[in-house]
Amino acid sequence: MERHFHEQLQELKKKLTTMSRSVEESIEKSIRSFMLRDAGLADEVFRMDDVINRMEMDIDDDCLKLLALQQPLAADLRFIMAAMKINNDLERMGDHSVNIAGYAKSLIGTEAVPPINRIPAMAKIALGMVSESLAAFVEGDADRARLVCLKDDEVDAMDDAIFKEVLRLPHPGPESVSRSLALVLASKNIERIADLSTNIAEEVIFIVQARTIKHHSELSVIEDRRAR
Amino acid sequence: MPNPTNPIELVTRDFSFYYGNYQALTSISMDVERNRVTAFIGPSGCGKSTFLRSLNRMNDIIPGTRVEGKVLLGGVDIYNKDVDVVDLRRKVGMVFQKSNPFPKSIFDNVAYGLRIHGERNPSAVAQRVEESLRAAALWNEVKDRLDKSAMDLSGGQQQRLCIARALAVRPEIVLMDEPASALDPLATQKIEELIFELKKDYTIIIVTHNMQQAARVSDTTAFFYLGELVEFDETKRIFTNPKEKKTEDYITGRFG
Repeated sequence: MERHFHEQLQELKKKLTTMSRSVEESIEKSIRSFMLRDAGLADEVFRMDDVINRMEMDIDDDCLKLLALQQPLAADLRFIMAAMKINNDLERMGDHSVNIAGYAKSLIGTEAVPPINRIPAMAKIALGMVSESLAAFVEGDADRARLVCLKDDEVDAMDDAIFKEVLRLPHPGPESVSRSLALVLASKNIERIADLSTNIAEEVIFIVQARTIKHHSELSVIEDRRAR
Repeated sequence: MPNPTNPIELVTRDFSFYYGNYQALTSISMDVERNRVTAFIGPSGCGKSTFLRSLNRMNDIIPGTRVEGKVLLGGVDIYNKDVDVVDLRRKVGMVFQKSNPFPKSIFDNVAYGLRIHGERNPSAVAQRVEESLRAAALWNEVKDRLDKSAMDLSGGQQQRLCIARALAVRPEIVLMDEPASALDPLATQKIEELIFELKKDYTIIIVTHNMQQAARVSDTTAFFYLGELVEFDETKRIFTNPKEKKTEDYITGRFG
């Protein structure tokens, strides 16, 4: 017989999945608003953030109740600890998409600069990492989670490339500087979203294998895989 | 097995126990560390209490039982024919699930074991009674009524009295069989705090059905199932990341 408690854990998993879908949608909208300089889309991102924040508080509350009332142990304890962190990571991602939507608004009425064309490809990888890390969480698949961690370097390199390209642009006046800054900061926010998805992937590995790989404590393992 | 940090107090090797034809324990090998708390957990009928009671030969009184393997205390097998069982039970004391004070005064309850073991000097007895009641965190509550009946104490006090009675004969090991299962949360907390204090001077082995209690009080935990020792490791490891699936299933309530 399935324990009521374990049904509650499944419910918690469902809530995190729902939240992650909202976060992915918000990221995706923020990127579109940035590329299209669309104020309406940016406003949608701001509205979605309220919803995401409420989801975060609701999930926090669930986790607190489960810890206090069920006193979970072993895999269940690891699951709830990880769920609290994933919840936090997702909420932060929502904040990053709000930032990107804010930069989108600041760009309205300005001329596009070429490095912006790198953003969609970068955002695509970051969004893929978010959905893959969540899929790994739902499936309890540590291998899938590890692959997410490996993707992070690609996003870092793209962020770096945008920054270098922006440095080479002519900046005749304050307006061009602020335009370039918006681009660099948007890129940085996408890079942070990718980082947060590797956090989620690390939490998945913690749940499944009770191993901590964050802060490069298992870097050699990841590098071995990359070499293959 | 946990990596021992303390000297080994008690060793069992391939210890099996039979009630008639029924094998209750199968080949249990375990090293119990000195001045540590070892918890035995497992579902009812898993053999944990049988194993606990085997460690001071409490099962001897049950007809038709027999053992195989060894239980070594100080290098001597306690099942050797020439072992004095009364002396063994002095070294390996026991506290039971239901507090069982004698219908005597508080003082006489604690002094009982001393007198059996031949202590006749009244001041020595009085001193040891006080020491034991202090060690069992009961002295302040009973010092003014030592001549009153032990039966008038509360359940929690009676259980601490039984602990004092066990300590009075200066055991090396104290076995506790569900010592707090009949107590309210406050009395339970007192017993748990007491266990923490007692491990400085004694080796404690506790059987408990309350997994949170095992997690709180013990340093190492042994999980028994169907008469076998499934896993024995540091308590922290057992309750966060056990090696065996059976252990994980049991402590997360996914059993059966």
